[in-house]
Amino acid sequence: MEIERVALLARIKLAEGEKELFSKQLGSILQYIDKLNELDTKEVEPTSHVLSMKNIFREDRTIPSLSKDQALLNAPDSAGDFYRVPKIIE
Amino acid sequence: MQYEAVIGLEIHAQLLTDSKMFCGCSVKFGSEPNTQTCPVCIGMPGVLPVTNKNAIEYVIKTGLALNCTVSPYSRFARKNYFYPDLPKGYQISQYELPLCEGGYVEITEDSSIKKIKLTRIHLEEDAGKNIHDGAGNYSFVDLNRAGTPLMEIVTEPDIRNPQEAVEFMKKLRTILKYINVCDVNMEQGSFRCDANVSVRPVGQKEFGVKAEIKNMNSFKFIEKALEYEIKRQVKVLKEGGRIIQETRLWNTDRGITESMRSKEEAHDYRYFPEPDLVPVEVEPSWIERIKTQLVELPDSRLERFISQYGLPGHDAGLLTSERATAEWFEEAVKSGGDPKGVSNWMMGELLRLLNEDNKQMEECALKPGQLVGLLNLIESGVISGKIAKTVFEEMYKTGRDADVIVKKQGLIQVSDESAIEKVVDEVLKNNQKELERFKAGDEKLLGFFVGQIMKITKGKANPKIVNELLKKKLMEDN
Repeated sequence: MEIERVALLARIKLAEGEKELFSKQLGSILQYIDKLNELDTKEVEPTSHVLSMKNIFREDRTIPSLSKDQALLNAPDSAGDFYRVPKIIE
Repeated sequence: MQYEAVIGLEIHAQLLTDSKMFCGCSVKFGSEPNTQTCPVCIGMPGVLPVTNKNAIEYVIKTGLALNCTVSPYSRFARKNYFYPDLPKGYQISQYELPLCEGGYVEITEDSSIKKIKLTRIHLEEDAGKNIHDGAGNYSFVDLNRAGTPLMEIVTEPDIRNPQEAVEFMKKLRTILKYINVCDVNMEQGSFRCDANVSVRPVGQKEFGVKAEIKNMNSFKFIEKALEYEIKRQVKVLKEGGRIIQETRLWNTDRGITESMRSKEEAHDYRYFPEPDLVPVEVEPSWIERIKTQLVELPDSRLERFISQYGLPGHDAGLLTSERATAEWFEEAVKSGGDPKGVSNWMMGELLRLLNEDNKQMEECALKPGQLVGLLNLIESGVISGKIAKTVFEEMYKTGRDADVIVKKQGLIQVSDESAIEKVVDEVLKNNQKELERFKAGDEKLLGFFVGQIMKITKGKANPKIVNELLKKKLMEDN
């Protein structure tokens, strides 16, 4: 089922009842978006950005970083100098 | 049935910027874990990335050096996947509009030149680093590297064997170092590659199913991993099996590639244009400006060294393999050194000493003009070629000028005939037995006499005069 795939990609666990509910809801969203396909866009350049800006750069200069403690402060889990996560199985 | 391999490479090169791709954190290697991060590179909500201009310019520069077309219009894209070293849940990369397309690298193989075509070069950010604790239930993450500018160079499947792959990597490394966009340190991972490998019966046009090989962090391992993988695939096919498209890791200890056995689910990165960044438009004038910063590349420099200085191909190849070496050579020639003499001393002595000390040319204390000083002393007969080697080693160690060392250590060559004659007489007198054997026809002993004379004069006697006098005396005695 498409909804299961989407949930897997987003790492969301769905209860059985939710699958059906969200399937319906997503379906109606997609249907709504599909309406755009009725427009003829052959002559329109694809837009990736709504602003007509380009080439916004910064110079290659370093600025002070967060301290280690600050950086780790919002992490759900940390140990010593590191973020700690469930063991990554290789 | 005969099989042939089809190999394409994806090279990741860390760019030599000071700061990260989209924020001002330092990219310095080897700092304490998690001390080079900020809200942008650890993916805090509400932050905005801003592109590092140098990173863009380094990729354009690389594109020009590798004969690519620089795209007039390109943009960034999000590559979505979950992994602990990727704090945002997506990597900012490029997808359908990379900065450079096409291009090629020429490699030399059995003295013929082969073009390895490139598909594209794009810019992306690196991920952090996972540290695995063997026994425990946890892994640890250091995000210092997260957001470091990374250039990905993708080749066409033009490579046919492991040796070509290594040749390609060596050539690419030389070029990237020449144009100073990457420090090409394979051990530290700033220059690394993955390989797509498949095999097919010779003569077949279609490609076989490919495996992606990762974790090859030296030229030796690239060669070994590819050799192993090709053999493995041929064996599977010969036994009637089929190749599975998968990612395999090179296991250095066991000398084999191993399946990562990741879930069968095909990756779905759901790329889409990065809404936080505006497009990059590269005007021809910008390209022209970067072109003027390009140095002469190794291939054309090699050609020039052969034609301009009359060096043999092998010597020219060695001297141009590193930009700093080539520049050192030319600097010495400009200071009045004879090209062949400079080349011989560099290849015979200087590169050997640097190699012994595990040093780069950039770290060499000896200046090109100083070698010319030494060559002049030999040329004018002040010191012998043999003594010059000792002097050179001293110069290399101390960075002092040749004439200073020669004076201080009293190494000036003795060309005074009467002084040398005295020594010759003394040696002949003290070695009667050898003298008789020589007279009896054992001409090899000439070398023995020369050696004795040099020993007494501590190598300072002008060898030409020694030889002349010695021969004269021996003839006389006959």
